[in-house]
Order: sequence, then structure tokens, then C-alpha cells
Amino acid sequence: MAPPDDDSVPKPLLPQLSRRAFFKGAGASALSATLAPSAHAADPSPPVLGPEPAPLTLSINGRTVTVQADPATTLAELVRNHLGLTGTKIGCDRGACSACTVWLDGEVAASCMTLAFDARGRKVTTIEGLAKGEALHPVQRAFVENDAMQCGFCTPGMVMSCAALVDRNPKCTLDDVKQAVSGHLCRCGTYPNVFKATLAAAQGGGKAKGNT
Amino acid sequence: MQDVKDTSDPRASNKPGGEQQQQQAGGPPQPPQPNPGPSRQQALPYGIVGAGLKEVTRRVPEDEPPPLPENAKLKSIGKPVSRLDGIEKVTGKARYTFDVQLPGMLWAKWVASPHPHARIKSIDTSAAERYPGVRAIHIPERILSTAQLRDPKAEQGNRYPTVRYAGQPVAAVAADTPRAAEAAVKLIKVEYEPLPHVSQLEEAMKENAPRVFPGPTEQPATAGGGGAPPGLPQKGNVRGPDNKPRGMGPRGDVNKGLSESEVVIEAEYRTQVQTHVPMEPHGLVADWKDDGLTLYASTQFVTSVREDAAELFDLPKSKVRVISDFTGGGFGAKYGIGNYGLLAIHLSRKAGAPVRMILDRREEHVSGGNRPNSIQRLKLGAKRDGSLVALQVQAYGTGGVAGGAGVGFCHSTLYECPNVLVEQYDVFTNAGPCAAFRAPGQVQGIFALEQTIDELAERLKMDPLALRGKLDVSGTDDCLARAQERKVGAERAGWNKRRPAGSDKGPIKRGLGFAQSQWLYLVQPSTACEVRVSGDGSVEAFSSTQDIGTGTRTILAQVVAEEFGLRAEDIGSHIGDSRYPMGPASGGSRVTSSLTPAARNAAYRCARELAARLAPVFKANAENIVFADGKVMVKGKAGSAMPFREAVKKAGFEEISQRAERRDDYEGYLFKTPDMALSRHGIGGVQFAEVAVDTETGIVKVERVVAVHDCGRPINPKLTESQIYGGVIQGVSYALYEERHLDAASGQQLNANVDQYKILGSRETPRIEVILLEQLGAQSSTDARGVAEPANVATAAAVANAFYNATGKRIRTLPMTPANVLAALRG
Ligand code: FES
Ligand code: FES
Repeated sequence: MAPPDDDSVPKPLLPQLSRRAFFKGAGASALSATLAPSAHAADPSPPVLGPEPAPLTLSINGRTVTVQADPATTLAELVRNHLGLTGTKIGCDRGACSACTVWLDGEVAASCMTLAFDARGRKVTTIEGLAKGEALHPVQRAFVENDAMQCGFCTPGMVMSCAALVDRNPKCTLDDVKQAVSGHLCRCGTYPNVFKATLAAAQGGGKAKGNT
Repeated sequence: MQDVKDTSDPRASNKPGGEQQQQQAGGPPQPPQPNPGPSRQQALPYGIVGAGLKEVTRRVPEDEPPPLPENAKLKSIGKPVSRLDGIEKVTGKARYTFDVQLPGMLWAKWVASPHPHARIKSIDTSAAERYPGVRAIHIPERILSTAQLRDPKAEQGNRYPTVRYAGQPVAAVAADTPRAAEAAVKLIKVEYEPLPHVSQLEEAMKENAPRVFPGPTEQPATAGGGGAPPGLPQKGNVRGPDNKPRGMGPRGDVNKGLSESEVVIEAEYRTQVQTHVPMEPHGLVADWKDDGLTLYASTQFVTSVREDAAELFDLPKSKVRVISDFTGGGFGAKYGIGNYGLLAIHLSRKAGAPVRMILDRREEHVSGGNRPNSIQRLKLGAKRDGSLVALQVQAYGTGGVAGGAGVGFCHSTLYECPNVLVEQYDVFTNAGPCAAFRAPGQVQGIFALEQTIDELAERLKMDPLALRGKLDVSGTDDCLARAQERKVGAERAGWNKRRPAGSDKGPIKRGLGFAQSQWLYLVQPSTACEVRVSGDGSVEAFSSTQDIGTGTRTILAQVVAEEFGLRAEDIGSHIGDSRYPMGPASGGSRVTSSLTPAARNAAYRCARELAARLAPVFKANAENIVFADGKVMVKGKAGSAMPFREAVKKAGFEEISQRAERRDDYEGYLFKTPDMALSRHGIGGVQFAEVAVDTETGIVKVERVVAVHDCGRPINPKLTESQIYGGVIQGVSYALYEERHLDAASGQQLNANVDQYKILGSRETPRIEVILLEQLGAQSSTDARGVAEPANVATAAAVANAFYNATGKRIRTLPMTPANVLAALRG
């Protein structure tokens, strides 16, 4: 899920950004998780932003978009409320359920714990950008075939994590899948089928085999 | 449904879904005669497929379709069809209420009381009103989802509703942006006069405890169950006893029975408060316009949302439209408009713009509902041969400011016992209201009852499975199913290899246990469905029912497809809109049992009408037109086959449409209202659990669960299996981890989020093996029943019985956290 809690490398705190996550009292590990990706996006002398909205240009699902957003806007809020990409869900808004999982440069990230401004210069992929046109990602197809969903509210996040796993490690094992979705909360209890679907997608080598 | 209770008192029947008509006294009412009107005597298959199907003859309404054979002989029903809306769900296109974004939509936020009990002296909204972007403010004049004072005058003179739990909404703001709404609520100044409060069950039971309500109360039921019967005595915070579970009074003479018993088992069990935590929180988007109100609702019952809104805002139902495309889980708690909906509608009316009011995770935990806790004292008397003589249960639980903390009906219905007395008490506390939660009451009740039965078996040196076989003899369909389930399950689980309790010598101890599940077979008689065929060959089905994750769209399509010889994917399956014919509540495990017969009846009629239109095209009699494999043909003449669409186009009509209702079960019901009918048969299952208990750390792992269930005719085994996984997982989560912690001093929930409220995740998911019976009960045109609740009923009890088998110690307190486990091991 989020990058490991690694405090060995000092990270600039970017105090000029209004850190919503900080003021909302997020736990220390969650906070450093947020800060980790911002380190390499930070400009040596960034202009002071906020609290008013400022223009922001991002690459989302292969499109370049420019929006006005206040610097406290999370990436989850931005894609949902500014861009209408509501496939990304918010289940807890504090880094604890992974419903909001997106990819940043192909790596999974909790978009509720990522400030939109910290996604500048990175390629953002949301659930809407996972399929290539009509062609579903093998994990998406396997989720449907193996019924790895019930209410479906956690599903976009689950799919993003499982698709990242299968892309990175097509030889993934059951333990790998469990690890990949260990931060995901599914109240409907779809885990057994999430495991089945992800392994089916991996074993299908990009061509998921279903059971129907 | 928790208990099917006497709610004939009009004070308790303001929720249409929960009304049940029954006489206050005088025992069970006479069962009504099913299906008046023309009928035929019909032979129907009856029994468990693969375990001796036979034929029964029943009186069937004349216009019902011919009976279906077993699933193996069908093309669409009973097949593991993939969820029709699966692609929308995996691509992010599925639009939940959470995702509704209307032009000009405002964002609402409420002020939550920090006090668990207070009178509100004043509310000053002036600063909030001036905050940029604020468009409307509303102060609620009433609070929903709580017990109501029997005598409203008891709090006369209060300007605002009394605060009875920390987190109760006090005022709400609608603003242009979420940020503005959040900022503005902080500017609302509320002057509270704090009152003494009590948030712990046993504290609240004391005579001198602070009173949550200044007088006796009534708790309206919802269609999802919960609630409590009207007119019960109330002393302080303790309301009850309710001793008529399932409309049945006490049976026999318990004291006499106990004195005649040769063995008496006595024990106390405790269960915790569990919160629902649907991943999509409660919420509603309200769009008030002069010509009508549109509500987008995350709900388990579209109809209940419309009824609440119409009633509370004095609107004709024709002016209220409710849309629910997708609901992100509910588990019993999402009925009606709730306080969030009430506020959203007021704000929308004031602002003249759509308003989105969706709870955040903290608000959801605190005010969205919960499963009440329980303290249950059981006394079970039996003969040496195992037969039960007497069962006495006294149960106290708190659902916070709402009633409905009973422990189910299993004591009267699961096992043969001549003397039964169950007294269930609601204890009010200053805590968020409970709500129906996946088999309300029954989960708690079975946890204690099934351990008690195991204890009896141990005492009598009988095999727990064999003892069940001796006691579970009501002869109802669910009883017959369980006999088969015990057999198949025991084989799969390896019951014959089960070792004596506490056999492992090392610190990690493994064990195998099992428990039985039972739930009601419920039907919503008001269910209807419309099926249309358009001139181009499109087939569509319409029902206002919603999908909370069970796959309603898919099963509806499967049933309709069967009649037209089409695939489920060919059917337009439309649900989640109050403009469609009334569909069932997604609660009480009643969607499939209610909707599929209505859908099949409508599809059958529509297909017969279509056959009549096609007869001239095929130059044949309508009775000889058959639909199969996507084609139309004349019976016995394969050469006449024509693709379905092509044939329909040739018939040259614009549209035909048929609507049909859910007819009564052929055998009739125990009782019936327009909203709910209860069969004398039930549904259920048995579950076997394997656990590993680390006796040094107190950590329990559930390694494997074998879940064997019946649901009548499974319409879609793949989706059914998913629901059983879900029930087992929620059950393990409840057994091992979940617990709401309230701080006694402040009345605040300490773990109102998902990082501290522990729920089972991927790493703790056991290996789950599902075995599904196909049981034909010869009751309706599809013979389908529900499965959601029974899948959750037995799990905690099975885990607890496995814990005993592992350690030789009883765990009588949930959840099985290290502290509770170590205490049990010491005990
Ligand atoms: S919403 Fe981002 S982790 Fe829960
Ligand atoms: S499918 Fe409902 S929360 Fe996962």
C-alpha cells in the first residue's frame, strides 16, 4: 500500500503547503507515508501557495489537465470532485482502508493521503484509466469472472492494487496477493474471490481464465 | 428481522415495512388462507436435489407458470452467471450515491454534539450564515432512528431535541464546497446544559443510573428488523421483558421443567457492540424542486426512503422519486431517510439546490447503527438421553438510544423443548442507536445457545452432531436441510478425526467445532415486477428493489431469461428506482424469495403473450411456440427455429408488457401483512470451524471454515457463494476482533475509525469452503429463498465451539481478543 515508514532519509516538510493531513491529526506513519512521495517532487524554492486555489497541472490517465485547487486538496478529492472521476472511492480519508488507491507512476498510493500538488510531474492512473479503451485489464476481467466483488465499493481500490501486483509480478503467489490487499478493507468479505481472481489473472499471463 | 413481534399498536407502526398484525394476546393468529381465487392442483418436485426428490401436490394459483425442474435441467436459472454490473464495478463506472454530482450541488455537514446527554439552551448560527459559500442552515426539530417517548409531553418546553448521545446531530450547513461546509459548522455556537449520562450496559441497569429518557419509550421497527414490541414496561433505562419471540408466548412451565431435569447447564455469555461499517457510509443527495423531490439514496429499501420523505415532508408519494443505482453495503442499517436525509431535504428546500449529505467515517461509526451487546443467562435442563426439558434465557443488551437489543428467536424454534421462557430486555444508554445487523439478535442468541448445547453434549458424553440430530426434529424444510448439511459438512470437515478437547500438548492448540444456523424464510407480498418486450426484440425487467451487493440485477435477469430462452446478459435489468413496480427490501434475506417468483410470473405471462403474437408468423398455435437457446421455434420442429430478435421483429408490434405479483407461498404463511409474510419453514445451515489458539499470547486464528447452507433453489450459485463468504468473514471478524469502545467518562467512541476499530482483513481470512444445497420446497414459482443472514448466524458459535475443542475451556465473552482469551484460559 503506502510506502514503508522509513524515517532514515530526512524529508523536506514543505511548510508552505497547507498540510491538511497534518492538521487532521493523521498518525505519524501515515504522515511520513504522505511525505515520502513529495520529496522528489519538491522544488528547491517553491512558490508559496494557498490557502486560495491555485492552478495545478497534472497528468491523469494519460491526459494533461489543469484545474484550480486549493493546496489542501487531496488527490482523491481532486479526481472525484474536480474531475468527476468518481471511480476512486473514499472510505476513511485517513489512509486506513485503501478504497482510494490509485497509481502514481505505476505504483499504488492512497490518494486520500496524497496532496494533489504532490502529484505534479507524476503520472496518475485511476480506475477509469486502467482499461485500454474497451479492453479490460486482465485483473478487471478476472474480478468479474470470479465475482471478486459484492457491493463493489472497495472494488476499484482492490483492482488497482491487484493489477499493480500482477503487472509487477506475474508469478505472484497467494501470499503475495494477501500482502497486496492487506491494507484494503472489504466489509462485504470478498477476499477469497479477490485472491482467486488475482491468481487467475496472473496465471492467465495477461489472459485471465474465469470459471464460467 | 429480529423477532417477529407484536406491533399491532399504532404507535409502533409508523414504519410500514415493520408492521405486523397480530393479536397482542391469545397466541399465534390463524394462518390466512393462501392465494384466494382460481387455482389448480399441481404436482411439484419437493426435497433436496441429490438426496431424494419426491413429488407433492399443492394448490397453485391458476395463472402461475408450470413448476420448474431442478437446476440441472435449466439453462439460465441456477447457473453461475457473472454479475451483470460487474464491469461497471471494476471500471469505476458504477455510480453510488457517494458519487452523485448534480449541477449546483451543495455539500452538507452537521454539527455533532460533543456531549452524550445535554439540553440545548441556544444555537447561534449567525457567524456560520455569514461564512462565504454557505447557502442554508437547518436545525433539526426532531431526531430519527431513536426510541420515542411514549408521552412526548415529558420533554415539553425544550426548544431543541434533547441530546442523548455524543455525535447526535444538532444543526447542519449546506455550502458550495465541502471545505466551506466544514468551516461553517465550526462557527455554529451551541450552548449546552450537560446532563448526567451513562454509556455502559450494567451501569445503566442500576436503579439510580442517570435516565436516558425521562419516561417510557416506544421503538418503531424498520423493514430490516430491530425495533421492539410496543407497550412493554420500562423501569429506569430497562425496558421489557419481551418474552414473546416470534409471536410465541412462553411455552410450558420452565421452573417445573428445570426441576424435572436430570442435567442442568447454566452459564452466562457476553457479546460486544459491533458497528456495521458499510464501505459506503449512510448518505443521501436531495434535490427539492417545485414539481417534486428527487432523492439519491444509499439504501436497502428504496420504498422506505420514499415513504419516510413523503410522510415527514407531507408530500404525496407521487412527488417523491428515489433512485439507488448502487449501494455500497448496508448489512441492515440502511433504511429510511435517517437524520442525514432529513437534514439534506430541509437544506435542499431552503437553498433551492441539490444537497449531498453523506456521513464521514467517524459519524458512520457513531450514529450509523450497530449490533447491540448482550449479557445472556441461560439455564438448560435435559434428560440423560439428551432430550431437552426446559430452556430459560434472560438477556440484557443495549442498543444505545434505540431499542431492539434482543437475542433472537432460536430458543423457541431451533430445538424441540417443551418448556421455554425467554425474557429479553432493552437497556437504554447514552450511545448511538442500534440498527438491524445481519440476523439481528440471532447471532448473539446462537453464540450462547449453540455453546450450551455443546456443553450438554459434553456433559452427556454425546457427539455434538448426534445430539443435534436428536433435537433438531421440527420437520420444517430448514430442519430437513440441516440434517443433510450436518452429514455433508461433517464429511468435508473431517469430523470423524476430531480429537477430544484440549488434545494438543504445546502452546498452540487446534480444534474443530460446529454450530447450526437458522433464520426466517421471509417474503414481501407487495413485491411486483414488470417485464416488457419491445418490437426490436429487447427484453427488459423492472423492479424498484435495490442491490446492496447481492447481485439483484443479475438474478432478476436470469429468471426472466429462462422464460424467453435467452441469456441473462440479453435482458435489460432495471432496479433502484421508486418509479418501477414495488420491489422488496434488501433485508431479512427476502429479495430473492420475493422478487424472483414475481419476475418469473411476469416473464411467463409476457412470453405467453409474445407466443400469441408470434403464432401467425410461425403458422402455429401459440401453445406450440417455444423459446430456447436464443431462438423461437415450433415445438418438435427444429427447422422452424428463428433467432429471437428476428422473430419478434416479424411479429410487428411496438411493445408488450406484463406485470405480476409475488403470489402467496402455496402452503400459506404463519402470518402475512402487505409488507411481510413469514413462512413456517426457515432457512439455515451448519458451519464447521477449525481454529488455532495460541495459549501464550491469547491470539486465536480461524484457519478453515466449512459452510453448508440451504437457500431453497439457488438462482446463481456463484453469487450465493459470495454472500456466504461474506457472512462467514463478518462472523469471524465479529468473533475475533470487532468491538466498539465507548469511554465511560465522556461517552465518546474511542475507536470510531477503521484503523482502530479492527475488522478482519486479507491476512486473517480463513480458508472457506462453501457447500450449497439445492432444496425445492414447492412453495413458489421459483422456490428461491434467501441466504445472507444465515451465513452470518452460526460462525461465532462454531468458532467458540472449536475454541473449546482446542483448549478444553469455554470462551463465553466476545470478541476473542487476547485479553478475553487469556481470561477464559485461566478460568
Ligand atoms: S480513503 Fe484513502 S485509505 Fe481510506
Ligand atoms: S465489495 Fe463491498 S466493501 Fe468490498
